Amino acid sequence: MNYIASDLKVVGTRPIRPDGVDKVTGRALFAADTRAAGMLWGKIKRSPHAHARILSIDTSKAMALPGVKAVVTAEDFPDIASEEAFVGEGPMNFRDLALNVMARGKALYEGHAVAAVAATTQAIADQALDLIDVKYEVLPFVIDVEAAMAPDAPILHDDLFTAGVTPVPTKPSNIAKVVTFKKGDAEAGFKDADVIIEGRYTTQPVHQAYIEPHACLATYSPDGQINIHASSQGHFMIRAYTAKLLGLELSDIRVNPAEIGGGFGGKTLIYLEPVAVALSKKAGRSVKMQMTREEVFRGSGPTSGATIEVKLGAKKDGTIVAAKQVLKYQAGAFPGSPIGPGCMCGFAMYDLPNVDVVGYDVVSNRPKVAAYRAPGAPITSFAVESAMDELALKLGIDALTLREKNAAKNGTKTHYGPTHQNIGFTAVLDAVKSHAHWKTPVKEGQGRGLAVGFWFNIGGESTATVHVNEDGSVTAATGSPDIGGSRASIGMMVAEVLGVPAERVRTVVADTASIGFTHLTGGSRVTFATGMAATQAAEKVVDDLKRRAAATWEIPVDAVEWKDGKAYPAGSNAGAFEPLDLAALALKAARTGGPIAAEVAVNAQGAGAGFGAHIADVSVDKETGHVTIERYTAIQDVGKAIHPSYVEGQIQGGAAQGIGWALNEEYIYNAKGQMENAGFLDYRVPVASDVPMIEAVLVEVPNPRHPFGARGVGEVPIVPPMAAIANAIRSATGLRMVDLPMSPPKVRAAIDAAG
Amino acid sequence: MAKSYVSATINGEQTEFLCETQQTLLDVLRDVIGLTGSKEGCASGDCGACSVIVDGRLVCSCLVLGVEAEGKTITTIEGIAQGDHLHPIQQKFLEHAALQCGFCTPGLIVATKALLDENPNPTETEARYWLAGNLCRCTGYDKVIRAVMDVAAEMRGETVG
Repeated sequence: MNYIASDLKVVGTRPIRPDGVDKVTGRALFAADTRAAGMLWGKIKRSPHAHARILSIDTSKAMALPGVKAVVTAEDFPDIASEEAFVGEGPMNFRDLALNVMARGKALYEGHAVAAVAATTQAIADQALDLIDVKYEVLPFVIDVEAAMAPDAPILHDDLFTAGVTPVPTKPSNIAKVVTFKKGDAEAGFKDADVIIEGRYTTQPVHQAYIEPHACLATYSPDGQINIHASSQGHFMIRAYTAKLLGLELSDIRVNPAEIGGGFGGKTLIYLEPVAVALSKKAGRSVKMQMTREEVFRGSGPTSGATIEVKLGAKKDGTIVAAKQVLKYQAGAFPGSPIGPGCMCGFAMYDLPNVDVVGYDVVSNRPKVAAYRAPGAPITSFAVESAMDELALKLGIDALTLREKNAAKNGTKTHYGPTHQNIGFTAVLDAVKSHAHWKTPVKEGQGRGLAVGFWFNIGGESTATVHVNEDGSVTAATGSPDIGGSRASIGMMVAEVLGVPAERVRTVVADTASIGFTHLTGGSRVTFATGMAATQAAEKVVDDLKRRAAATWEIPVDAVEWKDGKAYPAGSNAGAFEPLDLAALALKAARTGGPIAAEVAVNAQGAGAGFGAHIADVSVDKETGHVTIERYTAIQDVGKAIHPSYVEGQIQGGAAQGIGWALNEEYIYNAKGQMENAGFLDYRVPVASDVPMIEAVLVEVPNPRHPFGARGVGEVPIVPPMAAIANAIRSATGLRMVDLPMSPPKVRAAIDAAG
Repeated sequence: MAKSYVSATINGEQTEFLCETQQTLLDVLRDVIGLTGSKEGCASGDCGACSVIVDGRLVCSCLVLGVEAEGKTITTIEGIAQGDHLHPIQQKFLEHAALQCGFCTPGLIVATKALLDENPNPTETEARYWLAGNLCRCTGYDKVIRAVMDVAAEMRGETVG
């Protein structure tokens, strides 16, 4: 069924989330909060070198330390073959992941795991790490993306040959892949242009910086059954990766989803679980592991840093006739940067006749990148939206007008293939035009920037069950970890279908043995796809309840109507019966067919793409180079806000992360290829006093493929901020900042250089 | 290594524990006493997820040694609600949807309690600077600050529109 035009009673309201009280009282159990009897503490020894051959690992002294119960190295894991994996978010190879979890032969970055111990206390485990003697042959290393592409660069993998080029290369390279997208004839288009803009932009790796470090608790039983408590964006993902890396059957592993303390894409792959299981097997006891913050920075994946060249050609009236981009994305130590989305998202907002995009996926001696909120899109959009601002300035056209003139609409064919359908970009731009922020003149001494952004959003596989309990209350279970309020949105959709208040439905996240397969929480898919499964399960329950009422009244089922949580006879011809509510029907359940429950599994298609536009007002301190965000408005097409507060929260949080990416955050390396700022003091994410209120404006252009019209909302908001702020700095100072982050030293240097 | 005997008042209860000298108060709360509401996000005093109130003063429990708790009065997130009655700060965090993943939330609530104990009428800027030691990566702080300002007004007895 479709409820888009219905009069809704629950969806669109703001009830308190089902898991809220646990989270404000400290009761909610995150992975590091779980314990087991006789539990050991597991710790990882990491390479101090950016690139080194591992000559030998002597664990004897560590094993001899009282309290140490197990030590593992790569020798304790199967040496698995190369195989493409489709269980996380973005490209992955099982062998690469295995080598990332535990180095074999070579350490490829500072922080790469080389061994692990399990001991009775954390202090003993730390001592044991120091007693593991690893002999290295230090190798030349490369950190920068363009240096890694140079012909004489140190090579990370002897078996890596550039894919996507002809003829097939015979020499290994750090360029894992070249991707190209072409539409029309860009060179001919540039010849037609009255105005051409060219620019080169760079971004630095930034970490998702979830406040909860990775953690897990694993127990290997002598019968080969494994239990894992872990914080992640997908417990089925943990099961799949752990099984493959250890050569086990999926049914041997049960993963319990602990609460997750933020992920943003960074918990869509694994680091600890196979190690904890291997240690547990060897020690015969449960093993708990949790990363330190330093390990999170050095050993888990940030997103790519990149170099991006952009060229735009336009007619005098602002019509863009040609667009070109060359993108070079750091993948870290193994292939798999978000270069694909990077190539697609930069120009996805526009209707362009001639496009030429080339992207390079490049390995270097850095931690393997992980997904980060709209992976690849913020990087490419920083470049394109900065260039759009330059084009508007050169043409003397207002920044919004230039975007309106070239905006993608329904029916626009993208340069990467698909044709946009059911998109709300025009409505977003209309909302910018009519918003008080846009209409208010810029304050004296400040500058204003506008930028837009796009993200595909995805659907995919989800399972949900809805149970009417014996007393008529309702439990909904799904396989989607709740990363920021999805229990609330899913429960609300179920409540709407059943016609009961939101509080009547308790939503839980079920473990891998208790619910059908569900793809991970990522790609902004949960409210769309898992919400669809839960809605359909609730509809099946309603059908069943109507059947039971019909049987009770001995009338045909089509003579029963379901309304406001009760079965009614449909009209006077059906007979005169007192309505039956959930409690009444639940009471009779044994006599009308047994327990009332339904499970629905879907592979949801038609996730509506999302578009956003951000307006930033900034002031720039010319003495220090410090940029202050004075006012910030984020406008986005969300399809339908199921729980508007949590939709606003996604937008505000995404914008704040973008502000950090724009102004502060970066990985800083020393001359030895070691990260110098692996802590929250030196890797500074925005704090409360760094940001203003962030106004989130919800534009609702319903997605017809979702029962309530919802689109994914979590990723779009991190796409526009970097360019919106760069454009605001340009407006305030006349300076075009092309290197992220636009930190005080860089802004001050730009001011000085301009004289 | 010999353990030290420590006696402290934690959430109104006289509590005794044994701890190793290098264990932090956060380690003690989480691993010895089992109060896991205080979280470890950095163990270096930068994120505030382990915030507790010691003798009226807001501190990161990861920067205090367990043995330093001797004789102190300590309030953790588990001591903020009165029985099954949520503290108004907790209630306002829920009403304003001032949490997403919930990991930083205990620290933010404890820090807000300390703020309002000291300054019942903070400006937005004062609230933002007070809470600048509590990192939240999910919310962008907007709804957190709105919840703090709202609960401050409510606790002052002002009607909020």
